[in-house]
Amino acid sequence: MTKNQLVTLQDITQKYHTGRKEFVAVSGVNLTVSEGEYVALLGPSGCGKSTLLRIITGLQRPSNGKVLYRGRPVVGVNPCATIVFQTFALFPWLTVQQNVEVALKARGVPVDERTHRALELLDRVGLDGFETAYPRELSGGMRQKVGFARAMAVEPELLCLDEPFSALDVLSAESLRGELLELWLNGGIPTKAILMVTHNIEEAVFMADRIIVMDKDPGRVVADVIVDLPHPRQQKSTEFAAIVDQVYATLAGQTQPEQVEIGSAPGEPGRTRALPDITIDDLTGVLERLLEMPGHTVDIFRLAEELRADSDSLLRLTEAAELLGFATLAQGDITLTPLGETFAEARILARKEIFATRIRRLPLFRWLLRMLDAADTHRLERDVVRAALLLDFPPEEANRQLDLIIEWGRYAELLEYDDSSEMIFQEASAAVAGGA
Amino acid sequence: MSRLLRRFGTGWPLTRFTTWADVIVLVGIAVFIYVGVELASGAAKAISGPRISLAPSALPLYAVLSTARMAAAYALSMLFTLIYGYTAAKNRHAERIMIPLLDVLQSVPILSFLPVVLLSLSAVMSESVAVELASIVLIFTSQVWNMTFAWYQSLTTIPNELREATAIFRFNPWFRLKVLELPFAAISLIWNSMMSWAGGWFFLMAAEIFTVGDRDFRLAGLGSYLQTAANRGDVRSILLGILTLVTVVVALDQLLWRPLLVWAERFKLEMVTGDAGSRSWFYDVLHSSFLVRWFSSNVLRPLGQSLDAWSLRHLPVDSGHAEAGRRSWIGTGVSAIVVAGLAYGLYRATGMLAKVSLAEWMAIGLGVLATLARVTAALIIALAWTIPVGAALGTSRKLANWLQPVVQITASIPATAFFPVLLLLVFNLRGALNIAAVLLMLMGTQWYLLFNVIAGASAVPQDLKYTSAMLGLSKWEQWRTLTLPALFPYIITGSITASGGAWNASIVAEYAILGGKTVFTTGIGSLISRATATGNFPLLLASTLSMILTVVLINRLFWRRIYRIAADRYRME
Repeated sequence: MTKNQLVTLQDITQKYHTGRKEFVAVSGVNLTVSEGEYVALLGPSGCGKSTLLRIITGLQRPSNGKVLYRGRPVVGVNPCATIVFQTFALFPWLTVQQNVEVALKARGVPVDERTHRALELLDRVGLDGFETAYPRELSGGMRQKVGFARAMAVEPELLCLDEPFSALDVLSAESLRGELLELWLNGGIPTKAILMVTHNIEEAVFMADRIIVMDKDPGRVVADVIVDLPHPRQQKSTEFAAIVDQVYATLAGQTQPEQVEIGSAPGEPGRTRALPDITIDDLTGVLERLLEMPGHTVDIFRLAEELRADSDSLLRLTEAAELLGFATLAQGDITLTPLGETFAEARILARKEIFATRIRRLPLFRWLLRMLDAADTHRLERDVVRAALLLDFPPEEANRQLDLIIEWGRYAELLEYDDSSEMIFQEASAAVAGGA
Repeated sequence: MSRLLRRFGTGWPLTRFTTWADVIVLVGIAVFIYVGVELASGAAKAISGPRISLAPSALPLYAVLSTARMAAAYALSMLFTLIYGYTAAKNRHAERIMIPLLDVLQSVPILSFLPVVLLSLSAVMSESVAVELASIVLIFTSQVWNMTFAWYQSLTTIPNELREATAIFRFNPWFRLKVLELPFAAISLIWNSMMSWAGGWFFLMAAEIFTVGDRDFRLAGLGSYLQTAANRGDVRSILLGILTLVTVVVALDQLLWRPLLVWAERFKLEMVTGDAGSRSWFYDVLHSSFLVRWFSSNVLRPLGQSLDAWSLRHLPVDSGHAEAGRRSWIGTGVSAIVVAGLAYGLYRATGMLAKVSLAEWMAIGLGVLATLARVTAALIIALAWTIPVGAALGTSRKLANWLQPVVQITASIPATAFFPVLLLLVFNLRGALNIAAVLLMLMGTQWYLLFNVIAGASAVPQDLKYTSAMLGLSKWEQWRTLTLPALFPYIITGSITASGGAWNASIVAEYAILGGKTVFTTGIGSLISRATATGNFPLLLASTLSMILTVVLINRLFWRRIYRIAADRYRME
């Protein structure tokens, strides 16, 4: 073990129990963060990156594995680490200055010193003049500056950032990123290492020295990408683009044979493939854009630039296109399939028909339509379906999957849903077609 | 307006019909009452009450006495709330029994305990102390549940990231309480405290005028002043008494609750600057007072600092998350002893219940039905006038500005204070007590309904009103398609509280001493009072239990179902 390793994770696994069912949020993660490193934890939502952050700071105990800090096991909350939160986590009833000071007060720093330190930090993040303001009077960007000032006030060795820019508008995020990098690179803060959770690929490549790429089902590390570009990094440069492309390729993956791709039905052995959280309108938008591309193929990160979409939502869309057989993914490129072309060119009713035939192939829909057929008068209570989904998904995800099933099914006119009685049902004609 | 909604918005968990915890709770209440009744049999046959002076000069003292009782009970409630809510929120094992317990307790008609509590306390301690204590316990039981629910609910709904921030910045429990938990709960706690005080007056008045047979449990205070004045037919004293009561209630509102509410605006969680909130002249006075500022910077602040310093030295830092709570052998042992105790108590209670004759059981059944009929009548009358009036008040700004202060002051006078006066008014009518009982129930309950209907009517979105006007719907059609469905959840919320209050009122309403003569009418409330008067303890136990069980069952079987429909189907979102 080298001397300057700060954090070491050994075979970290996090499981959740809901009822009798067990879900794995994070599985077998090994990781080290050393002094002087800016590390990004990158992955789609649900890959367990925030969980990992909480395990590293000691807010949460892992089910399995060891967390070491400077070679010693972490017991309780790690006093050398702080977090800058996604939603700022400021106390609304305290002023800007009090919000910073309270972190020092809780550590028993005397009045004069904490006032001095708080004012100096607020000055450094550009908030002088706002000391007596309440958080609600500030813009999102300024609130997050308070969050940074508070985190830095306790002079942490390890500064953890939990999607710190994702709740901000584009411009504030941009300027705040620059300011943080400046503080970090000029050694203006006593911080030894930064660990940033993000789902934004460009952000990770722009800021970090190392990107730990994670994937979901179960949450795990799939790649460790070194970014050795000099600061300030040019987002338009080819080197930058190459790394972004590489990360996109890792995250988007490779289209597998259909049987593997679509998974199995709930309750059956094998993995139940979750529907990606997208809206149909966004999906058709992406497919139409692909149709305009030469050869109907494009680098995913170029597509992201074209659509000005953030990487997380775009990757969900490409996943959906892949799942429905409208596109294939390989080496970070997305290519429209002939079926995808037909869909993108079709009129609305034809689209619905194609969509219906595609989702009928998905085990999740096959399973639901079978249940509807077997049910009295082809009606099922929402709660019944939800209970069945709970065998394969954690509660929150089960709700989301059910909503997606209903939205996709309604669009395809395969099923209907009555919100006031919470009943999923089939119209008579659809039921006949379903039985055929 | 929203305070009544808050109570039920937060205090009515939509759980299943019964759980094993409910059964334990009900058995626990039964055993508790049994023990009380057992103690009560040692109470003196005749208890002399205080001499009540009708001199106007006595009124300030009486007002202070009544207010002091309220304050003592409130302090007790606050203490209980903080400890109970904190424990339930932090320990998952405890939570599983503590929350159903609260739910049952808040639907129990509290006044039905009054005779048992009074008799048993006066058997074990001196009468004057017992009566004071009983009134405080009674007010406590009327104030505490909604406050505890509010505190528990706040603790469990603190955003996760704020909680994590307190952990990551190493707050100890005192800092967490001061910086996060109390501020987060402040507004809800203040609203619920106001509710609790309003409800508390009702029970205080009832406790101050309670007399059965030769046992005079009265307490010197505003309630007994009013009763004595009514008994003597002294109109001037009645008016003076009511005036004093209104003054106390209004003064508390202006000098305590309004300023507190204005002060608590800073604890609003919204991250946006909203419109100007409520105002209070007294708050402005305090805020600009030199004395108050001196006090806060020379007494409060140093006190806070030394508390902070003490906590830093002595309190450990923990994560602040709810602990699963370990099941230790001590816990298991204690539960075993509790269960054994309950089983034995239940066995003894059953033994006592066996002494109740069939005829008495029939009387209990009849009494429950008679009281149910009265409660229903009061509710129907209340609905009949509050829905149209409330809808008018809620939709018309002009009318509301003019009438609302009047309504609020009228509503703030506890109905039980009026009861002696009411009896005086209907004294010569046939079935005087019957009428008076329904009227008392009505007076105690109609305000809940009215406030809820007003709140509901003012929450109907303006564009829906325009739409229905543009569609050219007739007045009746508008009512049927828009107003009534929109009001429905509010009417149900109000009705639940109202019927609970009406059951409570039956204890004092169905049995009275009029000009030295005891009068009563058929009903479960009067049965409880008569059993107390004659010292028929098995009957007291049986009738008290029957009333509690009836109310809990009606809540579970009827109100809760309707409430669920209202919450699901007629929400305006």
